[in-house]
Amino acid sequence: MKTLVVAEHDNASLKTATLNAVAAAQAMGGDIDIVVAGAACDAVATAAAQLPGVNKVVCADNAAYEHQLAENVSLLIAELGEGYDNILAASTPNGKNIMPRVAALLDVGQISDIIAVEGADTFKRPIYAGNVIATVQSLDSKKVITVRTTAFDAGAAEGGNATVEACAAVHDAGVSQFIREEVAVSDRPELTSASVVISGGRGMQNGDNFSLLEGIADKLNAAIGASRAAVDAGFVPNDYQVGQTGKIVAPDLYIAVGISGAIQHLAGMKDSKVIVAINKDEDAPIFQVADYGLVADLFEALPELEAAI
Amino acid sequence: MKALVAVKRVVDYNVKVRAKADGSDVDLNNVKMAINPFCEIAVEEAVRLKEAGTVTEIVAVSVGEANCQEQIRTALALGADRGVHVEVEGKAEPLTIAKLLKGVIAQESPDLVIMGKQSIDGDNNQTGQMLGALTGMGQGTFASAISIADGAVEVVREVDGGLQTLSLTLPAIITTDLRLNEPRYASLPNIMKAKKKPLDTLTPEQLSVSVGTHVSQLGVTPPPERAAGIKVEDVGQLVDKLKNEAKVI
Repeated sequence: MKTLVVAEHDNASLKTATLNAVAAAQAMGGDIDIVVAGAACDAVATAAAQLPGVNKVVCADNAAYEHQLAENVSLLIAELGEGYDNILAASTPNGKNIMPRVAALLDVGQISDIIAVEGADTFKRPIYAGNVIATVQSLDSKKVITVRTTAFDAGAAEGGNATVEACAAVHDAGVSQFIREEVAVSDRPELTSASVVISGGRGMQNGDNFSLLEGIADKLNAAIGASRAAVDAGFVPNDYQVGQTGKIVAPDLYIAVGISGAIQHLAGMKDSKVIVAINKDEDAPIFQVADYGLVADLFEALPELEAAI
Repeated sequence: MKALVAVKRVVDYNVKVRAKADGSDVDLNNVKMAINPFCEIAVEEAVRLKEAGTVTEIVAVSVGEANCQEQIRTALALGADRGVHVEVEGKAEPLTIAKLLKGVIAQESPDLVIMGKQSIDGDNNQTGQMLGALTGMGQGTFASAISIADGAVEVVREVDGGLQTLSLTLPAIITTDLRLNEPRYASLPNIMKAKKKPLDTLTPEQLSVSVGTHVSQLGVTPPPERAAGIKVEDVGQLVDKLKNEAKVI
């Protein structure tokens, strides 16, 4: 059995999500190759070749792939995928954007967001905002899968010695064009891979009050997240959103501040190892999933917490 | 310019779905159904484009059993001009839905296709992208803003760490994210008017699509329950627990 893992990267560095996808590929067994599609992405291919358990890295370095345009990259992966039984990617915005397109090009189904490998063709995945876990079996000879990164622990980033092979195939569908990107630069860890996450909800009242979370985040080296209510209200940018349709996180410690705990939010964080909830409403549903609940006014509790840690 | 909007009938987002006792599937008996929230945003966006004079006609299409006509009527009440129902038995998979939508697109030749980024039942997030592959159209997934000019649509997409802007040649496919707009409520007069708007029904055979199965659901189980936690008295006790009991800080 041969598996192709699609690397998640920004042309400069390999993202941890790739390691989670490789871990899922290892759970499936068989040989693992990685494809790096990008532009001036040598460093990514070199990093991918270091991953233990990887046979070969295919590096498709072309301007057509620079911005991960789904129309172009899916054509490349579908072509490379002919030689593989499984094609895997992390279930990131990028993986979600590209992989269904790959599956349709290959005329196979796609299985989204797997959280467990039960057999060569059988997987578990959450549906209905994680209210139930479905066991699904692929009936296709070729499987196209996205992997929930929080469900598969990333292995070592070094120790392997895969060969790097250049791929000259150029696919430019010519229907999409990159215009610009506005990406926030932050010194904090990434939300999806941070070991501590502190999130604010509607109870934060406004964006300025998120500064109350920052001091704590600095001390705990935490990422800052938010509920949909806080994002919709414009307190923080959209990429802070934790939940069913936002980011899925599973840190060692998740601190929910002023978040009531709608099922859509719980879907994004309830696999965290330890959950702390701070909310002045003692009946808030967030307390049902919290290991430690503190019924308190967050404007008093947060400065105290910052001082105490 | 013609816009095609795809809508799906799903469990209302407020319903906490449970597995059936035999674990075969989720229990949807007597559960409130609604238009998928992301599809509602898609309809709203098309209606705003029509109000702005960019779009002249909105066709709302749904793939599903007979009762999904209710959701097409909802779209018509929100401002779509006519409906197309592609009738299939049971749950259709994303690839099948994409193939059927491609068939409808071949008949309707829309300039723009707007649909939800995912449905809140299967949480697949696949159909728009698959439709893009099958039609060769560009895709602007997870859209938080769109603007149309000179035969192209500029799409602002919600991506890791921020926003990405793409330009897609029309016709193109947009899948909506939460921040694209805030859908309106249908007014009573519009709900009444929607009942008289045309709604055609098609079969997969008429669209020359064979309904296949690529993924079979073997069963469903409840997610692992979290053990009940405790309430702490104050911040001091919380920090103590985190340091000495949970050992996470």
